Amino acid sequence: MSTKPHFDQKATEPPDPGFYDYSRRPVRRPDPVNMDNDHLDIHLDRRLELYESQLVLRQFEKRAYDLFLQNLVKGTSHLSLGMEAVAAGFGRALRQDDYVFATYRGHAHTIAKGAPLGPVMAELLGRSNGILEGKGGSMHLTSAQHNMMGSYAIIGAHLCVANGAAWSAQMRGTEQVAVAFFGDGTTSIGAFHEALNFAVVWNLPTVFVCENNLYMEYTPSDLVSPVEHPGAGRGPAYGLEGVVVDGNDADAVYLVAQAALDKARRGDGPSLIEAKTYRSGGHSRADPGKYRPAEEVEAWDDRDPIPMYHERMLRVGATEAQLAEIQQSVALRVDEATEFAKAGLPPDESALMTDVWADGGSAWRN
Amino acid sequence: MAELSYRDAVAYGIAQEMRRDPALVMLGEDIAGAGGVFKTTVGLLDEFGPQRVRDTPISEQAILGAAMGAAMTGVPVIAEIMFSDFLAVCWDIVANEIAKSRYMTGGQVTMPLVIRTANGGGSRFGAQHSQSVENWCMMIPGLKVVAPSNPEDVVGLMAAAVRDPDPVVFFEHKSLMAGKAEIPAGEIVGTLGSATVAREGADCTIVALALMVPRALEAAEQLAADGTDAEVIDVRSLVPLDTQTILGSVSKTGRMFTVEENPRLCGWGAEIASIVTEEVFWDLDGPTMRITTPHIPLPAAEALEDMAIPSVSRIYETVSKSMG
Repeated sequence: MSTKPHFDQKATEPPDPGFYDYSRRPVRRPDPVNMDNDHLDIHLDRRLELYESQLVLRQFEKRAYDLFLQNLVKGTSHLSLGMEAVAAGFGRALRQDDYVFATYRGHAHTIAKGAPLGPVMAELLGRSNGILEGKGGSMHLTSAQHNMMGSYAIIGAHLCVANGAAWSAQMRGTEQVAVAFFGDGTTSIGAFHEALNFAVVWNLPTVFVCENNLYMEYTPSDLVSPVEHPGAGRGPAYGLEGVVVDGNDADAVYLVAQAALDKARRGDGPSLIEAKTYRSGGHSRADPGKYRPAEEVEAWDDRDPIPMYHERMLRVGATEAQLAEIQQSVALRVDEATEFAKAGLPPDESALMTDVWADGGSAWRN
Repeated sequence: MAELSYRDAVAYGIAQEMRRDPALVMLGEDIAGAGGVFKTTVGLLDEFGPQRVRDTPISEQAILGAAMGAAMTGVPVIAEIMFSDFLAVCWDIVANEIAKSRYMTGGQVTMPLVIRTANGGGSRFGAQHSQSVENWCMMIPGLKVVAPSNPEDVVGLMAAAVRDPDPVVFFEHKSLMAGKAEIPAGEIVGTLGSATVAREGADCTIVALALMVPRALEAAEQLAADGTDAEVIDVRSLVPLDTQTILGSVSKTGRMFTVEENPRLCGWGAEIASIVTEEVFWDLDGPTMRITTPHIPLPAAEALEDMAIPSVSRIYETVSKSMG
């Protein structure tokens, strides 16, 4: 992995205004599918689970988008369309009692950790049957009973919090691991660097997973990062090997995840993984993503993780009938989740003042 | 009974709780080997070992993030932020994450943690190591805030803070560290949200916090010599706030003065004055008055810092003049 400076703009020469038309920048293409990954040591049953998990995440996010268009989802929302292989790959590698911390782009990680679809969907709709009772919304999805310890909407914080869960596991001797997912943009904030340093010096079982989708919100990440790999490239400064993986190949992600989780469980400390992927849509609900070169979007659409995985499944022994059955059951689950969400009532006034404190209330005076 | 300094009371209070709860851990910069830069954690490493008393890098976000992550996964934590001014570098973790997570998740997570921090002026440390920032914390829903004024309260409120399942910011005043007092033998456990009447009086109520409590008491003695009998209330806990003790006193005396070390705007006394005027206005015989540090960054020079922070003479003169 190269760590040579990647930032070629000279500081003394301010860019002309046309520089900011990122849609005219050179296209950043995906690596081709690694056909050798067909032969990775992953059992067909596990691959069927990975296939199903990716489909669930894809269908859920598409449905969430449809519900925006119907004005049923209020506020903002950040979808993981195109990035499902990362959440699915890790989701299948994690132990049930491992901890997950996600960003505001956290629908996929929440679901992949086991949270039920209906309450997650209901939360996006701001209903009382939402997983956060309507109090958190899309950006704060949490399912503590699944050890999905939250989605954090201020960049960087949750990497530090994940260390705390890892420290707790280390003290309790449970061999649990804490995994923090974050975007390439997070690598520019101080908390990222504090968290990596802290995890290494305390030898914590934390796995840091950078989902590099090539854009820091609306800005190409290579314009704001001095190294080719904004996640993995920062590892050596903290004594960590930076691992880069094809984030659009669920099998590759799954094996890298397993290795990092095993390492953490053995007591060999944290890992830093960069999964290269691409957002098929914009940053958030408000963003059509027009700053991206059309040819680039097309090239990554051709590397969409799900059709690629479908073809692989057929090559490794699954049948079309098997896959069709999974597709149908997933579609049904997403339909049911939508119905569950739509049937929920808006939160009642009685919910407004509850759960500030552990006693269930919000009193600040006598 | 034993005599204990405020400084030693911190370690005494923490040790009491760490003996009681073997799961309780602490972390912070220089708290283990060095015993804290204010020597408030001396002896804890020796008694409880390096797994429970841990030094950290200079990484306030990492420190409070770790505290939060441990607390929300079942390990109670005491975290130290060396100077309260440094809360500004980890304010996201304090104000956005620790304070809001329970509410945002519909009550899914519990945050049994205490953030200890050295607060306040008088040490000639200048504008970035002397502030009284308790009002920063008071204004964030989801944080409990205490600031003890004497050794016994340090121990009692530490126990209350540790045993509380919600996040508590615990302000230790730098200029009170050397002060000594007798404390009772045996376990000491205080209560969050309870103010004390530090001096009974009939003519006016002086409401104070932390370093301002001994200054208010001294001013009250001078006022007494002039024939003004002031009641002094030690607020102790800003959140929850014991408004009943304050309202009861003001209803009795008819006048209220707050003595605040924080700069003027949005100090805690403004909130109390607002509550008093809304709820016992007809018991008042005159305006509520606030005695505060002016709205300036704190200067370093001894002469200037002493002019800025409310002094015994400023409290005495303000009350005296206002009471006619």
